[in-house]
Amino acid sequence: MEQLLKIMSEIRPDVDFEKETQLIDGDILDSFDIISIVGEVNEQFQVEINVNDLLPENFNSAKALFELIQKLR
Amino acid sequence: MYYNILQYLERNTKLYPDKIALEDDKRSISYFEYENKAKIIATFLLDKIGTTRNQPIAVLIDRNILSIVAFMGVVYSGNFYVPVDASMPKERVELIYDTLRPTLIIDARNQNEMSNDIHGIYRIEEILLHTQINEKELLNIRESAIDTDPLYAIFTSGSTGIPKGVAVSHKSVIDLVEAFYDTFSFDDCVVIGNQAPFDFDVSVKDIYNALKCGAVLEVLPKKLFKMPKLLIEYLGEKKINTLIWAVSALRIVADFKTLDSVDSPDLRYVMFSGEVMPVKVLNYWKKYVPKARYVNLYGPTEITCNCTYYEIKKDFENDEFLPIGKAFVNSRVMLLDEERNLIDTDNKLGEICVSGTCLALGYWNNAEKTDEAFIQNPLITAYGSKIYATGDMGYYDNDGNIIFKSRKDYQIKHMGHRIELGEIEVALNSIPFLIISCCLYDSKSEKIVCFYQSDKECKKEIVAELSKKLPKYMWPNVYIHYTDMPMNKNGKIDRVALGEQLLKIKA
Repeated sequence: MEQLLKIMSEIRPDVDFEKETQLIDGDILDSFDIISIVGEVNEQFQVEINVNDLLPENFNSAKALFELIQKLR
Repeated sequence: MYYNILQYLERNTKLYPDKIALEDDKRSISYFEYENKAKIIATFLLDKIGTTRNQPIAVLIDRNILSIVAFMGVVYSGNFYVPVDASMPKERVELIYDTLRPTLIIDARNQNEMSNDIHGIYRIEEILLHTQINEKELLNIRESAIDTDPLYAIFTSGSTGIPKGVAVSHKSVIDLVEAFYDTFSFDDCVVIGNQAPFDFDVSVKDIYNALKCGAVLEVLPKKLFKMPKLLIEYLGEKKINTLIWAVSALRIVADFKTLDSVDSPDLRYVMFSGEVMPVKVLNYWKKYVPKARYVNLYGPTEITCNCTYYEIKKDFENDEFLPIGKAFVNSRVMLLDEERNLIDTDNKLGEICVSGTCLALGYWNNAEKTDEAFIQNPLITAYGSKIYATGDMGYYDNDGNIIFKSRKDYQIKHMGHRIELGEIEVALNSIPFLIISCCLYDSKSEKIVCFYQSDKECKKEIVAELSKKLPKYMWPNVYIHYTDMPMNKNGKIDRVALGEQLLKIKA
């Protein structure tokens, strides 16, 4: 989880990823952020997030994304 | 004769009063309601501002159809609209207002907290509680209108740190949509899926091509462009058949191989602009949606969206460049060399210059910048004829199509946004704890790189400061800290050395 938080804060230093639960629905991340995060996560966690995983419920919080990564590994 | 864009709307109301004109994820309205609501807004404006003509009315926009209805209301009132994204940092919105000095502000956003009690801002939902229409006065306004009156102004990044408002007249937009209609054989079965935000001139093509055709305009929720599977499903659900999108929006679908696992949409037109389309992305779309017509469009805001087009009718290899093609009917596009001589041979680099009805009126309240960019055609001395020098460099290929090569200056295209690196640097240099800083664009990784000198590494603090000044798409993506920034002999930042260091860091 720590590694994921680090990836996300590196891309968006202005967002508190430990607390935020509306990253998509609250329009906090834009498409450029999503592409950057997915790219880094795929590389560092050796997973492949595909288009079927790209849903608001998987990206609204760091926790949700972490659960997705666990599932894919 | 068509000399005012509202004539398209009124013709549609006559031909298809009950047809859906505009739809978003919350509501839809018919052409009849579209005209009716716009006239109600105009009547309200006339009550507030009297006989003011050709003055700016700012519209605080959202991804909703009411924003577009507000635009038309402003036009009915004899004034012009200026879309403003109020989610931008306050400081930048203030900079825009300083230049614009809007007569009045309409808030068309879905929900908001603050604007109610600010003087001079009116919420569209409250305006639309009125029902009165002053037909007589609206007719007077129309009778005195001419096609060189401004229709809208759109603000774009300025290298000195101050955004510039490009003012565009009715005649330029009429010219644009008439050219599109004829060139691409549009008809009233077109259903346009609007991707571009309304403060970005790509959306002008959606709004006015729909009006010209009597088509349906679907405003796509922003969220879909982060979740491409939902996007493609939405296109199918709404029977959208025409995309006039930024390249970056088409790319996200291809990058995630979305069409591998979702049913391909039934598209007639796929048109794109804003930056160079990678052939790989185009080929991905063509594989899954082979029947659509694919068109590469080119042009800056100052010439009303697009001045050249290239329809893709042959196969391209992934490492080839797509041409930006040839001029639209009634636009003239030429290449000029450094001495401002006409280039008429293949493969020789020159600046892309444009003349025609498509030229904007200039930058609002900025005669100096206007005179710099909109100049007398150097090839013509006997009569007045303006050209706009785009700052884009290109050359002719062997078929006479123009290929875009590069920029003359520090303007970049990043995720479909036109950005002056100078504007970012002005914001950076206003941060007290930075000693000196500069930006470069790493076009290969598509990242804005910030080089800065300060006592200690402070990326997080810089981002916190920038978020008060610049919209998010202008924030640098990579930060490189120096305690000693490389300087050249003239005591200026050595950009060449920084560029070389960037290459080394990446290697």
